[in-house]
Amino acid sequence: MAPHERRPVTVVAFGQSDHRRTTDEVSEVEMLMPVLHEVLAATGLKTSDIGFTCSGSSDYLAGRAFSFTMALDGVGAWPPISESHVEMDGAWALYEAWVKLQTGEADTALVYSYGKSSPGSVRDVLTRQLDPYYVAPLWPDSVALAALQAQALIDAGETDEPALAGVATRSRTAAATNPHAQLRGAVARGEYAVRPLRTGDCPPVGDGAAAVILAAGERARELCERPAWIRGIDHRIEAHGLGVRDLTDSPSTRLAAERAGVFERPVDTAELHAPFTSQEVVLRKALRLADDVTVNPSGGALAANPMMAAGLIRIGEAAARIHRGASDRAVAHATSGPCLQQNLVALLEGETRG
Amino acid sequence: MAKEPVAVVGIGQTKHVAARRDVSIAGLVREAAQSALRDAELTWADIDAVVIGKAPDFFEGVMMPELYLADALGAVGKPMLRVHTAGSVGGSTALVAANLVAGRVHGTVLTLAFEKQSESNAMWGLSLPVPFQQPLLAGAGGFFAPHVRAYMRRTGAPDTVGSLVAYKDRRNALKNPYAHLHEHDVTLEKVQASPMLWDPIRYSETCPSSDGACAMILTDRAGAARSPGPPAWMHGGAMRSEPTLFAGKDFVSPQAGKDCAADVYRQAGIADPRREIDAVEMYVPFSWYEPMWLENLGFAEEGEGWKLTESGVTELDGDLPVNMSGGVLSTNPIGASGMIRFAEAALQVRGRAGDHQVDGARKALGHAYGGGSQFFSMWLVGAEPPTG
Repeated sequence: MAPHERRPVTVVAFGQSDHRRTTDEVSEVEMLMPVLHEVLAATGLKTSDIGFTCSGSSDYLAGRAFSFTMALDGVGAWPPISESHVEMDGAWALYEAWVKLQTGEADTALVYSYGKSSPGSVRDVLTRQLDPYYVAPLWPDSVALAALQAQALIDAGETDEPALAGVATRSRTAAATNPHAQLRGAVARGEYAVRPLRTGDCPPVGDGAAAVILAAGERARELCERPAWIRGIDHRIEAHGLGVRDLTDSPSTRLAAERAGVFERPVDTAELHAPFTSQEVVLRKALRLADDVTVNPSGGALAANPMMAAGLIRIGEAAARIHRGASDRAVAHATSGPCLQQNLVALLEGETRG
Repeated sequence: MAKEPVAVVGIGQTKHVAARRDVSIAGLVREAAQSALRDAELTWADIDAVVIGKAPDFFEGVMMPELYLADALGAVGKPMLRVHTAGSVGGSTALVAANLVAGRVHGTVLTLAFEKQSESNAMWGLSLPVPFQQPLLAGAGGFFAPHVRAYMRRTGAPDTVGSLVAYKDRRNALKNPYAHLHEHDVTLEKVQASPMLWDPIRYSETCPSSDGACAMILTDRAGAARSPGPPAWMHGGAMRSEPTLFAGKDFVSPQAGKDCAADVYRQAGIADPRREIDAVEMYVPFSWYEPMWLENLGFAEEGEGWKLTESGVTELDGDLPVNMSGGVLSTNPIGASGMIRFAEAALQVRGRAGDHQVDGARKALGHAYGGGSQFFSMWLVGAEPPTG
């Protein structure tokens, strides 16, 4: 079915926590609850009004199996709700909810995700998502893998260290106006973390949560003055082995963008889930972003990167910009896996004003 | 807006065993997926998207295994989703895949669930210490035993009912070449004489730990028309969740299970499940859950489920066969267990269940649950396409 034949679905509300380096004093549920209440209050909906609920999180961050069950308790899941969970970033939970709305079985959906990276060493934890027999036993961490990608880009002449520093400066300066960001204002380039990446090229480690409410068709106009219409959404995965991928390119992002209809007309805003400065270079190319596109006005993942929520936040930030009238056509991107292995692209539009 | 009808045209599973030392995790899942493709007479190129499910990542020690498994499942360049809803995950995964077809997002979808328990220790995977929360008390059996006891007290069921279920399911497993436990010398006396683990649950009334994977190919009406074998048609599917613990929760017959079944029956136009459904694959990890779920799913009045079991109604040749495959009691690769229930229901209405086929099965229910009896997923499949 062509994208234009799909059931129209919109983002009608978005909320996020203040992202912080540590949140020892609150549980995951306590971190999540205010965000859930925020999006429900914004729409006037109650939990019992929601047609479908879907969340994204990872047991490996919580350090325990079935960690999402306690978060569900925080939603107030009584009477019993129609609900599901992905062990992925919340952007994929939003995708599952969008699919549910496409079936016509629900008209509204609550999507949330959260992650606390502070209790452990997230660089070490992420090594556990690699091939368990040949790669994970070597413990190559997420920064080292991103550095491989950055060096490949430099070797290919796609960027250099000053250009990467420019990405960091622009992102963190933009975050000055984002009250939820973890790092705000100019941040020093720092020492090398893993050459060629300096600490300034890497995301902060932090805890956070986000939530979105989706509505289909007519419900959207009742719930939001200027809803953000999801004109297309698609995601693609690439091979796991870094040796069989061209790390300077992201064919999965390009294909997802094509399927989502991003290339049909120019966008004015892009919210990219690029935790490392070098990854923005790859994504800009894959998404064919023109120089006049506003990229990561929120500060992006370089200003706040709560694992499992950072992708959903990109969709939320793009939608909120449309809600405010600051954007008419925005692309939002989420990623999972080492060196941009899996990528999701959503195209959001506001209705023409005037 | 009418949904696209969803058909199951391919089913594959591995032989389930305690330890598949001959294959990696990738090898295990690929075996099931290829088996499903063979059944559907399709190739990897025919698959538009992959939806994968499993129970906690801690069981194998691989975080987000979908990343590592993308190559083995032919998903490179395609969309791949990873579902995790605790023990109900195998069922939920199939439903997410079905929604992709029903919502006309994709035409043909591969869905797969697995567990390779031999590369882990499930007991400890579930028992990581969490500050300020009660531990689950020696694995799942410790959590569920008091609820079984509550059922016995509430209904006055005699102590012998649980062993009847175990005896039946282990005999059914002998007819299923993929089942893990093949106890050729099983007798009712042996079940009843097995050690008490978590009173009132005996050793022989519990599920094994298995390595295994199950896969299905789901497709739309056009895909079903090209299917070489008879498809199973989805007539209804639903998920329901409720909190783990709260005052007033009925652990014996959770509301989420009742609501989930009611939603499936409404979609499928089932007014009297006891009469209209021919076979049931339900998630019974401890034998007493058969009579408990018979009531929860509306096959028996409250307090009457054990009477159906005791009178032989749920035997393979009974009036309402339950767990024809041998069930979770005979095969339990945790993440795949729910999908195996869904797949067995589909096998029955396709008439392809081999020695454990129920004669003339036209409508079958697949059921899964998880967490602290809080997550439910179910589907009802039929030999004929849904009407309307």
